Amino acid sequence: MSESNETLVMGAVAYDPKVVTIWDGFKRFFAERGLDFDFVLYENYERQVKSHLAGHLHLAWNSPLAWIQAVRGAEKLGRKAEAVAMRDTDRDLTSVIVTRKDSGIESLDDLKGKSLGVGAADSPQATLIPLEHIAAAQGWTPNEAFSVRRFDRLVGKHGDHIGGERDAAKALMAGEVDACAMIDGNHLLFTTEGTLPADGTKVISQTTTYDHCNFTILDDAPKATIAKFVELLMSMRYDDPEVRPLLDLEGLKVWTPGRTEGYGLLEAAVDRSGYLDAFLAELS
Amino acid sequence: MTEAAELDLGELGLDRGGHLLLRHALRRLPAGGQLQLRGGAPALMIHARAWCRSEGHGFALHEGGATIERSSAEDDRWRDAWDTADGVADRPEAQWGLAARGARIEAGGPAFRFPLSDKDEIWTEDAGRLYARAAANQWDPETAIDWDAPYDIPDEVEDAVVQVMTYLIENETAALVVPARFAAQVHPHFREVMQLLAIQAADEARHIEVFTRRARLRRDRLGLSTVGGQRSLQTLIDEPDFALASFLLSVLGEGTFLHLLWFLREHAPDPVTRQVCHLAAQDEARHVAFGLSHLQRHVELDPTLRARLADAIHRRHDALENTAGLNALVFDALLLLAAGSFEPDAIARGWDRVQALERDMHQGRSKRLLRLGFSPEEADTLSTLHTRNFM
Repeated sequence: MSESNETLVMGAVAYDPKVVTIWDGFKRFFAERGLDFDFVLYENYERQVKSHLAGHLHLAWNSPLAWIQAVRGAEKLGRKAEAVAMRDTDRDLTSVIVTRKDSGIESLDDLKGKSLGVGAADSPQATLIPLEHIAAAQGWTPNEAFSVRRFDRLVGKHGDHIGGERDAAKALMAGEVDACAMIDGNHLLFTTEGTLPADGTKVISQTTTYDHCNFTILDDAPKATIAKFVELLMSMRYDDPEVRPLLDLEGLKVWTPGRTEGYGLLEAAVDRSGYLDAFLAELS
Repeated sequence: MTEAAELDLGELGLDRGGHLLLRHALRRLPAGGQLQLRGGAPALMIHARAWCRSEGHGFALHEGGATIERSSAEDDRWRDAWDTADGVADRPEAQWGLAARGARIEAGGPAFRFPLSDKDEIWTEDAGRLYARAAANQWDPETAIDWDAPYDIPDEVEDAVVQVMTYLIENETAALVVPARFAAQVHPHFREVMQLLAIQAADEARHIEVFTRRARLRRDRLGLSTVGGQRSLQTLIDEPDFALASFLLSVLGEGTFLHLLWFLREHAPDPVTRQVCHLAAQDEARHVAFGLSHLQRHVELDPTLRARLADAIHRRHDALENTAGLNALVFDALLLLAAGSFEPDAIARGWDRVQALERDMHQGRSKRLLRLGFSPEEADTLSTLHTRNFM
């Protein structure tokens, strides 16, 4: 899509009904400040990325995996992707490998021959990044040195839905797996909500930090309109009672500029596993 | 204290309540202030990183602990909050919603629709006192009434009592529905009014119970319900304006009913009927007091209301002009009940008593209309236009 005065169209994945509330609210915020904005909801990130590459969107609210799909898809087509903004909460996340406290598993070394519960196949935080973390540290291939049990919930939504991680945590406590992977904040959440008993688990390994979602544009995006969009995002203030409920729903206090140095772990994961090969092969 | 703030959580983790101490320590810092966090819980730093991210605080791990930079998010959230601790507002905001009066209410919440949001329309300083009195005077139908009290009355008189009870139940049902509907429309900021309407509905629920129980004491079936009676009550149910409905129901209707219940307390032929009417009358007196109290205040603030109240009586009178009024069944039942037997002398005595009752009702209505500022002539005229169905 090229520079024009037309409506700025963004893609987002409908991983939860609240997505409509959030973007309806933001649309109103933009409209009141002179930005003609609309959004299209997709059932899965793959279709959103393909749609973006096909020119149906000006920008996309992408998961980290969708960001890499967009970068690599664009490269294949001789184009370029850029991350223009992200939430404060998209920065410096970590994932953890958790076992039962009495499991006798003290480190990744002890995981050899054991089973690891992970989230959905396409979850960066609960599957791809933790498996890469283990592979890089131990040189182990999943389902060889240790077995992997996936808890697929809403594949296509790249782990945006918490269900897969929670199922893996429940399986851990039921003794169905020896360890499981989850994002750091979910270990705290699952412990405080009781899915994991307080003092009943231990973290045997933690990944380095990585980044999560971003607003992605391609090189033919309408630059002036995108600049206006980013400017308005950055102007959203948490002390504004109109916008704060939307920020709360979307899980941030402040929007920050996009950065791309936090995706190395996930890039390594898809490189090692070849996870994106089939997706990229479909693009032409 | 801002530069060297430190917090050592010992062995306490954020998964076991440590967030409370962390939040407390951060609250003592200005936005941008730094806190040095230490502790020995195994997952402390993993959880602290995640917690700080979700709360908007900066987090940097270092040897021996972490530095947390306090975000302004919490201050931002409460910057435009409403403080409702300054008494009863004239027009509470729709966004105050269900929040307790006196609370600090975050801005940006959903707007609730409470049609009765104007203090002038509904408030009375007496509401709290009347509610407290109502709460203190709730009675248990099971124990407050001696349901086994012996009595011996003719079958026809028992039938008359059953007919009067049937009539009372129908009327008390209207008296339940009207405040119940308005209770849901009052802005909860006017807490005492909402509570009072709710307990008024509960009073009526109890009255319906005891009148039903009395009617069924010696009969399997209740009495008759007529079109005229229901039509009169429908005009109460259909009145959408709080002031007008309250005027017609509480001041005129329940005010008139007070005399009826006192009459039954005195002349009913059996102790059970006398007891239930005595207890119901106590409750009804409160309902009348509330109606009068908020309407007196409303009329003082808006003298044009008086004309609308008068119109409401006229309109209701016109609507009911061609109905039968207090139906013959109920009238005859009252007469027989007051007589106590079919003896001519007794009937004559009953007749006089019912006549006296109607005079008392008229005088009572007139007196209440005077309290709302109507002239003696207006009060007399308007009272005579009140529905012949009593309620």
